[in-house]
Amino acid sequence: MKRVFPVLVVVACIFAIWYAGSFLMNRSWVMDQAARAGTVPAFSEVLRDTMNQDRARLPAPHQVAAELHDGIFDKKVTSKRSLVYHGIITLQATMWGFVLGIVFGVALAVLIVLSRIADLALMPWAIISQTIPVVALAPMIVVLANAAGAGSLMVPKAIIAGYLSFFPVLVSMVKGLRSPDAMQLDLLRTYGATRAQTFWKLRLPASLPYFFASLKIAVAAALVGAIVGELPTGAIAGLGARMLIGSQFGEPMIMWAALFAAAILAALLIWVVSAIEQVAVRMMGARPV
Amino acid sequence: MIQPVSPLLKIGLPVAFGIIVLILWELIVALFDIPPAILPPPSDIGARFAASTGILWIDFVQTVIKGALTGLVIGALAGLGAAIVIDASPFLRQGLLPVANFVAALPIVGIAPIMVMWFGFDWHSKAAVVVVMVFFPILVNTLAGLQDTDRMQRDLMRTYSASYLQELTKLRLPAAMPFIFNGLKISATLALIGAIVAEYFGSPTRGMGFRISTEVGRLGIDMVWAEIAVSAMAGTLLYAGVALVERWATFWHPSQRRR
Repeated sequence: MKRVFPVLVVVACIFAIWYAGSFLMNRSWVMDQAARAGTVPAFSEVLRDTMNQDRARLPAPHQVAAELHDGIFDKKVTSKRSLVYHGIITLQATMWGFVLGIVFGVALAVLIVLSRIADLALMPWAIISQTIPVVALAPMIVVLANAAGAGSLMVPKAIIAGYLSFFPVLVSMVKGLRSPDAMQLDLLRTYGATRAQTFWKLRLPASLPYFFASLKIAVAAALVGAIVGELPTGAIAGLGARMLIGSQFGEPMIMWAALFAAAILAALLIWVVSAIEQVAVRMMGARPV
Repeated sequence: MIQPVSPLLKIGLPVAFGIIVLILWELIVALFDIPPAILPPPSDIGARFAASTGILWIDFVQTVIKGALTGLVIGALAGLGAAIVIDASPFLRQGLLPVANFVAALPIVGIAPIMVMWFGFDWHSKAAVVVVMVFFPILVNTLAGLQDTDRMQRDLMRTYSASYLQELTKLRLPAAMPFIFNGLKISATLALIGAIVAEYFGSPTRGMGFRISTEVGRLGIDMVWAEIAVSAMAGTLLYAGVALVERWATFWHPSQRRR
């Protein structure tokens, strides 16, 4: 209870600010309408009208909640307007990209830590690869994937998601594999440990906390990649495509619902990864914190 | 002990790797006769780049300087300031840290269409997206960094009868530096993504995201690659700047020591 209370207070404050914000941002529209009709609305009328606009600049929380509930529970899962349908499509690309990112990131990190030449030649390019905004590359990845014979948008989306998620894994793993300090490395040297033994018995276990810490970032990055991959590629299904449709047709509620659906999906993914992390850390023999 | 690497090798190796990739690319395009509408050879891209430096510069200023950099600076300062304020109050820390952690992991790029709706098509909406995108990584990393002092160090400061401000500037902020720079590195790459994504939801007739989406439509793939080259250079410079300052500011950290 002691730990939940501050969080509840903060969340309550956020909702209060949100309601105040939607009142302030939507008021000018209500005043406009009233001025055109030649009436002077009472404060309670303004308040009521700012909370229930179809195309509000900032929809009130209950409107977003209603739209989300409608999109998740009231529509059939197969319906093109169901957020579950779009969420699953984005989730598939996210998972493929996540797996791709882990495999690629860990492999590259091991190579970089073990080989000086790989470190010098590849690390700068790994960093540069992330500084190339993946959104710029996305249309090219789609063109190339199509030319290579990938029928659906799933392949380019997974590549984009993997492209974003491999980097946190790589950086954390390099840092983790190098985290043993000189004392520990010296100790293993006095034991006469080989390079392979140092790697398996010291570097790899030492890197595990870094690995799991990076997984949470990587899965979130993969989701961002999957969503971003839907924007410039002409996708018609997926949460990112939903946002684009909402933006193009001037339907803010669609954008807000897609945004929050993406947030819920991210929360679920991170929750699952954290659960896996806790099990793994316990199996490694760490004391519960 | 491992011998230190000569600076020549340090620059030469990655450059050599890059050149090999470019040569392979050129060869593959020539060998398999890939049409330029799918993958133009690097030589074509270079020619296009040299021919349209004017347009590329306009796009660079619009997207990188006005959109990404403004947003990055505002967002980073706001995140840093918020972290110091939150850190001073245990109640706020307990309440906000879980919320901030949660928000930091959300796909915040999704707010891009909303920001474009609020702030219009010009660079202000791009900077706004970047501010929100970089705020939470910086906030979360700084908060974690400010906690990264152990009891012994804090007790030592207390025996020196250090004030809150002295403890903050002399112990806790320096200790937080590696974390802050981690956040900044993440943010530097996020900033460009945010600025370009926001352009897909509406932009004036300049900017890298605008150029890319229109040139893809006209099959000007060499121009797209030229823009990608510009964005790569911009991102690398941004990241290198952060890394350089990090080396200078956190020279004492194990990860920065010369191996």
